[in-house]
Amino acid sequence: MIEIGLGHYLTLGAIIFSLGTIGIFLNRKNIIVILMSIELMLLAVNINLVSFSIYLEDIVGQIFTMLILTVAAAEAAIGLAIIVSYYRNKGSVRVEEINEMKG
Amino acid sequence: MILIKYLVPEVFLSLSIFSLLMIGVFVKNSFNLIYKLSIFLIFLLILIILNTDGETIKIFEESFVSDHFSLFAKLLILISSFFILIISKQYIVDIKNNKFEYPIIVLLSILGMFFMVSSNDLILFYLGLELQSLSLYILASMDRDNLKSSEAGIKYFVLSALSSGLLLYGCSLLYGFTGSTNFEVIASNTADSTIGIIFAMVFILVGLAFKVSAVPFHMWTPDVYEGSPTSVTSFFSVVPKIAGIVIFIRFMYLPFQEILDQWRYILVFISIASMILGAVAAIGQNNIKRLIAYSSIGHIGYAIAGMTPGTENGFKSTLIYISIYAVMNIGAFACIFLMKRNGKYIEDIQELSGASRNHPLMSLSLLIILFSLAGIPPMAGFFAKFYVFMAVVESGMFTLAAIGLVTTVVSAFYYIRIIKIMYFDDPKKPFEQLKDFGIYGSLIVSCIFLISFFLYPSILNEIISNISIF
Repeated sequence: MIEIGLGHYLTLGAIIFSLGTIGIFLNRKNIIVILMSIELMLLAVNINLVSFSIYLEDIVGQIFTMLILTVAAAEAAIGLAIIVSYYRNKGSVRVEEINEMKG
Repeated sequence: MILIKYLVPEVFLSLSIFSLLMIGVFVKNSFNLIYKLSIFLIFLLILIILNTDGETIKIFEESFVSDHFSLFAKLLILISSFFILIISKQYIVDIKNNKFEYPIIVLLSILGMFFMVSSNDLILFYLGLELQSLSLYILASMDRDNLKSSEAGIKYFVLSALSSGLLLYGCSLLYGFTGSTNFEVIASNTADSTIGIIFAMVFILVGLAFKVSAVPFHMWTPDVYEGSPTSVTSFFSVVPKIAGIVIFIRFMYLPFQEILDQWRYILVFISIASMILGAVAAIGQNNIKRLIAYSSIGHIGYAIAGMTPGTENGFKSTLIYISIYAVMNIGAFACIFLMKRNGKYIEDIQELSGASRNHPLMSLSLLIILFSLAGIPPMAGFFAKFYVFMAVVESGMFTLAAIGLVTTVVSAFYYIRIIKIMYFDDPKKPFEQLKDFGIYGSLIVSCIFLISFFLYPSILNEIISNISIF
C-alpha cells in the first residue's frame, strides 16, 4: 500500500494540464472541445494549488482556487458568447475552417 | 479609512462604470452621451493621478502597492486611452458599432490594467489580468455582424486563454515552491533557485510574452489586429502593451530578481527573435493594420531588450521606449482613421499612392511618424532606441545591440516604402475630408511631440528618475 503524497497530486495536476494543452493543439474538429481543454488546464492548476495549500498548511492557496473557479466561469461564458456570434456569421464551428485571415 | 486614500483612482473608476451602465440602461440612444462622459471621466482620472503623491504604500496585506512606478504606468495608460477614444469616435459611428457598451468595456479593461500594474501579489495580479483580458475578448469581437471580427475574437480568446492557463500554472508552482503569493516574500525565497522555481519562472514568462505579443508567442497578433475593428486595433496596439510591459518589468525585477541569470538569456532570445520577425515579416504586407501588427512585434522586441541587463537604467529605458511607442502608434492610427473614401475605411497601403498631392498635411504627419517608427535621428523614436541600446551596451551585451541595430535598418525599409508610395507614386482619388477636430488635434499633438522631443530629451528621464521598484 503506497502513501499518497504531494508528489502524486502534482503529477496528477501535470498530467491533466498536459492533456488540456495537447487538446488545444491537436484538436482539428470542434471549437467547443478547445473550450473544454481550457477548463481542464484551469482545473489542473486548482489541483496544484489545493495540494500545495494542504502541504504548506496555508489557506491562501484555497482562496486562490475559489477565485480561479469564478474567473473560469466568466471566461467560459464569454467564450461561448463569442462562439455563438461566430456561428451566426459562418454557420459552422469547425476549427479548420477558421481561416478567413492568414499570411 | 486612511487606506482608501491610495485606492481613490480604482474606486472612482469602478463606481463611475456602474453609474455609466445605469445611464446606458435607462437613457435611449445614449452612445454619444456615454462616450463623452467616458472621455471626461478619463480626463478626471488623469487629474486625480497627477494629484496623488508618489510615496510607496502597500495596503491590503501588502497585496496592493501604490508607488511612482504604478502611478506612471496608470498615467500613461490613461493618456493613451484618452487620445484613442477621441480619434476612434467617428469610426465607431461610421461602422454602426455605436453601442453604449463600447466605452464602458474599454473602461473596464482600464480598471483591470490599473489593478494589474499596482499588484504586489499573485492573486491580485491574476484577477487584474483576467479583468483586462475578458474585456479585450469582447472588444475584439465587438462588430458582431462581421465575420472577420468574430473570427478575430475567437482566435484571441483561444490563444489568450491558453496563455492565461500557462501563466496560472506557473503561479501555482511559484506559490508551492516559495510558500507565499506576495512578491517580496517570493523574492526572498527564490535565492536558492530550485528547479521548481525555474519551471514556474518559465511558465510565467511564456504567459507574459503572450500578452505583449513577443516572438515566439506572437501568432495571434496579425490576425487579431486585422480582424477587429480599427478602433479596437488602435486600443490593442497601445494600451494593453503598456500594462503588459509594466507588469513584465515588475515580475522580472521583483519576484525573480534573484534568478536574473536564469531569465536573462530567455529574454535575450525573445527580444532578438521579436526584432528579427518584426523586421522581416512586415516587408510583404499590404494591409496597413497587419503591417502595424508586425511593427508592434518588433517594437516590443526593443522594449524587452531594455530589460535584459536587469539594471535600473535598463527598465527605465524600457519605460521611455514604451511611452514614445505609444505616442507614435496613436499618431499612426490617427492617420489610418483619415483614410476614408466613399464612406468606406481603406486598409490597403497601395491606396495611399500619391496622397501627398491631395493631402499634404496628412502625408507630412504620416512621414514624421514613420520616420520616428523607423528610428531616424531627429525624431523621438531614435532617442527611444538610443536609451535602450545604451543600457544594453553598458552591461556588455554587444551582440544584442548589434542585432538590434541591424534589424532597425531592415525595418526602415518597409516604413520608407510607405513614404515612397505616398510621395512618388501616381495619385489616386482623394480621400474624404473629415471634419473631426479630435483626429487632427491628436495628430498634431503627437507630431509636435515626436519632432520637438530632441530639444529636451531628458524630460522623460526626469519624470522616470523617481521610479524605483527595489
